[in-house]
This record gives sequence, structure tokens and C-alpha cells, in this order.
Amino acid sequence: MATPLLKSGPEPASQADEPTSPVARFEVDAPLAMDAGVDLAPWQIAYQTAGTLNAERSNAVLVCHALTGDQHFANTHPVTGKDGWWERLIGPGKPVDTDRYFVICANVVGSCMGTTGPASINPATGRAYGLDFPLVTIRDMVRGQAMLLDRLGIKDLFLCIGGSMGGMQVLQWAASYPERVFAAMPIATGARHSAQNIAFHEVGRQAILADPNWHGGRYLDVGTRPAKGLGVARMGAHITYLSEPALHRKFGRRLQDRDAPTFSFDADFQIESYLRHQGITFVERFDANAYLYLTRAMDYFDLAADHGGVLANAFRDTRTRFCIMSFTSDWLFPTADSRAIVHALNAAAAPVAFVEVESDKGHDAFLLDEPAMISAAKGFIAAAARERGL
Amino acid sequence: MSSVTASLAPADLPQDATGSSRIDHLVMLNLVEPGSRVLDVGCGDGSLLALLRDRRGVDGRGIELSRQGVNACLAHGLPVIQGDADTDLAAYPDDAFDYVILSQTIQATRQPKVVLEHLLRIGRHAIVSFPNFGHWRVRSELLLRGRMPVTDTLPDPWYETPNIHHCTIRDFVGLCRLVGARIERASALDASGHPMRFALPWWVWNLVGTQGVFLLRRQ
Repeated sequence: MATPLLKSGPEPASQADEPTSPVARFEVDAPLAMDAGVDLAPWQIAYQTAGTLNAERSNAVLVCHALTGDQHFANTHPVTGKDGWWERLIGPGKPVDTDRYFVICANVVGSCMGTTGPASINPATGRAYGLDFPLVTIRDMVRGQAMLLDRLGIKDLFLCIGGSMGGMQVLQWAASYPERVFAAMPIATGARHSAQNIAFHEVGRQAILADPNWHGGRYLDVGTRPAKGLGVARMGAHITYLSEPALHRKFGRRLQDRDAPTFSFDADFQIESYLRHQGITFVERFDANAYLYLTRAMDYFDLAADHGGVLANAFRDTRTRFCIMSFTSDWLFPTADSRAIVHALNAAAAPVAFVEVESDKGHDAFLLDEPAMISAAKGFIAAAARERGL
Repeated sequence: MSSVTASLAPADLPQDATGSSRIDHLVMLNLVEPGSRVLDVGCGDGSLLALLRDRRGVDGRGIELSRQGVNACLAHGLPVIQGDADTDLAAYPDDAFDYVILSQTIQATRQPKVVLEHLLRIGRHAIVSFPNFGHWRVRSELLLRGRMPVTDTLPDPWYETPNIHHCTIRDFVGLCRLVGARIERASALDASGHPMRFALPWWVWNLVGTQGVFLLRRQ
């Protein structure tokens, strides 16, 4: 694919206030109490479901999405037209079997796909919140999901599952509402964001802030978008989702639609063209301010710090059964991060299983076709379902 | 030598309904109090853990190196983590379990003494079984053929065996003394995996036992 340099594209289809999915709306009598000290109200949360809730309401599964994910886990995406992002794991006959479980996935607070975030209209001003939106934490996201479950009449979850930032939410769920989580699967994640990860996020944010079209965060007011900044942020981040062997296998040093280097800064290499494409397509579906907020939420996440510096205290007396999973080539959330969670759960005497999946696909492996991940998930979830009598 | 002798008569063995359980597993089953908390280090496909759960109501956990083993455990609803004895035991708190089991694994660890010390720290009891390198077949391979022994319990040639720290029953008793472990019960298993019928002195066990099985606790 020959792709042009990043430029300001057309406006993305606005999903921020009127998403293509069900929405639960909370008025001023039901504010979202945020860690920043703000009671957000009114606010709304957009979600998708698959499967059917049983009469006992005991078969609910909450899927937590990653940084730039959304609620469209098992349906065609309304903006990109792509398949649901976790159809390899979730669907009829899949490990998260929609013939047996009622599966819910909600867009997180601070995102831009229908749950209240910086791209949503601030009712106080009639304009998008922009930077007037309070800083969001992982715990805020989980509080929002819990309020949605209350609204849906779901007392507790059979399973809470998610990868990367979604895995952080799973851990937060287990810490905040242990009695509401029967089984938990945090995948390719950590109990805190590492210095290296914060560093990469900061580079991405600075790229957005440096784009003149960002306009101090008020770009929606003036009808521009910091597409170059957001595109560069995505390009940088995308590298961290892959691995050197995967890059070498997919692209190597191969040239893009040419036989020789052009002696210019055109996208001579396939990897350059690929990254530019990633940047451009991302800009079409994602809000730059939401990217700032959600990366910040991940940076702030440190579950041990919230519990006296001892991670095991976050899981004290938990009855939740855990299955932790990591991937050998994931250098964003390396296996050591997962092991730290496992050790804390062991110290808390929690039932915990741990699998390190051999893969060269890097962090993104949890979204891809990894048979070893699928089979391990299938085994754990099926056994947990038996224990719950499902 | 201590006067501890074989304490497990075959009559003590539970009947195995399926006939599929390993005899050494049934021996270990007999050493574990019902309803206790057990960590099985090197738990393989989880068959011992499943047996302990189903027969003894044990709250069991496992550590296993191979992903295939871990996957098999997951499918049986057993909480097992992928890891190994040398690196993962250090992270467990003191007295986390009633029993820590190390079955046929200590001879494959890099630091058997450190591993044994961890077992005694993590568990109120430790149960250790290992192939006896003092068995007469092993001795005769070395003595008569002048070659590293290859037997039913030690089937791998020297250049690809995972067993890097062989010991005899007598050696293991020595290690128990060194780390301050009290031997609560001990037995040697014969070639069929059955505990030896009679109380015999250590030197006899060390000659005719293919495996040693020890129930230990901290002094």
C-alpha cells in the first residue's frame, strides 16, 4: 500500500454522544464518583451484549477492552466495518461461549465511543468537554461498569476478562468488588504501569500536544483535529504492541512498491508504509483527547500503591479464581509483570492459575489467533463454569 | 542411622476405583490429612492434585514447568501456575500450606538443598519422593558395566537426562539432617511402586528401594 504522509482527515463519524449501540444514561441523581474528586453527572455508558442472561442471572461475563478498544467485541465495527475485536475468543462455541454466557462489554469512561469522555458534549457549556473533563482512572472505569451492571440487574459476574488495559480493569474489579467476581482472567497486563510504558505514553501525548491543530484541546470547537499528532502517537505505540521477530517476519527490510531506495524521506520500507497506514486509520476512529486521558489512566494505575504498597493486600480474603496469562515476546507487559500478580495472589492464598504462552507476536498476541491462549482459556473457563453450576 | 522404618503397609492403600492412579500417588494420598491445603511442585497433568481433591477434599495448588501440563490442569479446574521449583518457591509466604509435595522432581532441580528448605518453610509438612540412586540395579550398572545407569525409573541417557542431582536414600536422609528436617514417616517403594512390606533397616532400603518417599517437617 502506498500511503501518503499523515494529514488532517475528514471528521470521524461521531460516536461520542450517539453511539451505534445501547446506552445506559445516568442523570444528576446517579453521578459517577471519580477519583479526581468530581461527581460526573449526567453521564452515560455505551455497551454491547451477546448471548442471553439465564434465569438465575449467574452467567454474566464482563469483557474489559484495551486502550483504543471499544464495546464492539463481537459485532461489525460501526466506523471501521471490521469484525468484532475479540471474535477469536468470544462467540458461539468459543471459550467465552455466547451460547452459554451473557457477555457484556462497555466502552470505558474517558473513551470516545459513546461513554462520557472528553469528546462528549459538556451539558454545562454545550461544547465538548475537552480538557475540562476530569482525569480518569482505571478505578473510575470499573465504577462505571459496576453501575451499568446494577442497571442491568446483574449482581455478580461469572467471569471478568480483559487484556492489557482491560486486564488492569479485571484486576481492579477483583480488588474493588471481590464478591462480584467469580472468575477473573487478566491477560497480558500488569498491576502497575512501568516507567518504560509511561515513557512511551508520554512520547505519544507530546506528539498530540505539539500538533498546532490540537488548539489547547479545543480542536472540536474550531473544526480541526490533531491528526498528525495522534497518528504519530499511534505509530509509536503500535511498535510497542509488536515484537522484533514479528516485525522481521512480516516486513524485514523489504521495500514498498519499489526496487530501490528513493533517496528521499518517502515510505521506502514496508514497515514505514505499514506504520503510516496504522496512524491514518486510527485517526479516523479515535479522539485525540480521549487518547490523552486513557494513556494517563494506565500511567496512574498502581494497584499495590492503593493498598499500602503490598499488592497481596489488594486480594486479601478473595474467593475469586484467577487465570493469569502472558506472552513470551510481550515486552510492553512482560511475563515478569504477570508473575508479580501471581506471587501476590499466592501470598493472598487465592486460587490462581498462570500460563505463559509461547508467541512471537508481542503484546498484541492476546487479540490474535494464538491456539495456546485459546485452549488454555477454554479449559479454565469451562472448569469455572462447572464449579458455578453453569 | 535412624531407626525410622517403613510405615506404609500395602493394606493402607486406598482402593483405586479407576485403576488408573499411579501407586506412588496413592502412597502420597495416604500421607495427607483430609481437607488440608496442598501445593504440588512439578504437578505434571495434575493427576495427583485431582486425586487429592476428589478423595481427600484437599484445597490444592500446583506449579508445573510445561504448558501442556498447565493446560491439562486448567481443564480439570486445578489452579496451577507455570513455573519451576528453583525460581518460584521463593515467592511463597511462610506456612502457606499444610503440605508441599515434590514428587520425582528434587533430583532435577538446580539447588536441591535450597528447594528443600523452601518446602519446609512454605509447608507445615513436606512430602518428597525421588528415584533412589543407591538401588542395586543402579549400582551394578556402574560397578559391572562401568556405565551411567539407565533403568526403568531413570530411563534417560546421561547426555539428555533432566536429572542433574541424583541422590540415594541415604544421601537424602543426610540432607534432611543438614537442613534440620524431622522425618515423620518414610518408606521405600519397590520396583512395582508398592511400599516395602516390612520394617527394614535403612541400608536395605537403600539397596532394594527404587524410590524413597519421605514425610518431613521442620524441627
